Amino acid sequence: MLAKRIIPCLDVREGKVVKGINFVGIKEVGDPVECAAEYDRQGADEIVFLDITASHEGRGTMLDVVRNTAKKVFVPLTVGGGIRTIDDFRETLRAGADKVSVNSAAVKNPQLIKEAADIFGCQCVVVAIDAKKCPDGHYTVVINGGRIDMGIDAVEWAKKAEELGAGEILLTSMDTDGVKGGFDIDMLNAVCSVVKIPVIASGGCGKLEHFTDVFEKTGASAALAASLFHYKELTVGEVKEEMKKHGIPVRMV
Amino acid sequence: MIAIVDYGAGNIFSVKNALDYLGIDGKLTADAEEIRKADEIILPGVGAFPWAMKMLNESELTDVIREQSRVKPFLGICLGMQLIFEKGYEFEETEGLGLIKGSVQKIERTDLSVPHMGWNGLIFNKECPILKGVSENEYVYFVHSYAAVCNENDVAAYCDYGGKVTALVYDGKFVYGSQFHPEKSGAAGLKILKNFAALAE
Repeated sequence: MLAKRIIPCLDVREGKVVKGINFVGIKEVGDPVECAAEYDRQGADEIVFLDITASHEGRGTMLDVVRNTAKKVFVPLTVGGGIRTIDDFRETLRAGADKVSVNSAAVKNPQLIKEAADIFGCQCVVVAIDAKKCPDGHYTVVINGGRIDMGIDAVEWAKKAEELGAGEILLTSMDTDGVKGGFDIDMLNAVCSVVKIPVIASGGCGKLEHFTDVFEKTGASAALAASLFHYKELTVGEVKEEMKKHGIPVRMV
Repeated sequence: MIAIVDYGAGNIFSVKNALDYLGIDGKLTADAEEIRKADEIILPGVGAFPWAMKMLNESELTDVIREQSRVKPFLGICLGMQLIFEKGYEFEETEGLGLIKGSVQKIERTDLSVPHMGWNGLIFNKECPILKGVSENEYVYFVHSYAAVCNENDVAAYCDYGGKVTALVYDGKFVYGSQFHPEKSGAAGLKILKNFAALAE
């Protein structure tokens, strides 16, 4: 039976793991290769690197991080952040990433999803969607950390991404992100009910029960968390123990 | 030395990385002589069946793989495993390497996601040397939309994805094929690669 996946996410800027809120007060907190290896030891099912390097020159550093991680971590690696072109996909995959995630570039140019899926296979195209709830109840796609509302229905966008060849949807709720009150169950259900590809839940987990909740109440295939694991509030192992107790299929290491 | 057949498929470095990590001598090569001289062969692969066969045919590697897989351990991984069979049906009917009887067909599951992506447990079907030390229900990493349909006695392990899906094949002699990616399957996958390398000793 397919296991539900737990995916730690590392924010990387110019080759260093950083953590900050709204890009203010970002501090360097470690070597991404070491952090990834530690998550691997804890039982992470995949590892996501999110490159938040502002300058284009910094991208080479990110590729070195991927290359070095791929030499010692043998679980799938996903790299996102600043991916705009087919060449970005190619060089990221060649560096050792198994999947590449696209966000704003795909919103602005949906054909990028199709081109990437045709060339590299849909399994490596992850479409990241940041969304928030509108007063009228529907969900809207936002970019730039929630600052720009694209006026696109998030559920429709997820459906379209799947049609274009996305292999997975990484759905982050801007309403629950950083709040630690649990994943956005309603938003996840809205998206999971219209796509067949796996949906990764992101944004809002703060404690153990949020993970069991998201798998018991939605069709999400995986749950992603950054700061929770980063600040060692929980380990991947603890989350998986709890899932196992709830009878959720999980890979124990 | 293990020859990792380099026919232009994506991300073959991950197999090389895993062998390096294990201290196993692996070499990326598209040279027929080198493949003949190698102790073992790994055929990796990500991509589409017809394209991969075309690349193997154009590099004149099809015959050397057919001939060498009869005399030394051979492991096909993911698409490389699918190529082992007689026919593939991705986009169009394509002749495969034909090392094991069977064909590769689209996973048809109306209620489940396709591709079958993620960690799934191995269900053993028969004794297989490269599963030594791997426990039943051990999770390994899959990502595929097509699956092998073959004789049950060639299947070393299945996984359950809305029914039996062929996970590992073994012809009882030299030919092994894993639908999952051992090089992306954590400690369990590394053990399988180590077991495969040990076959040459």
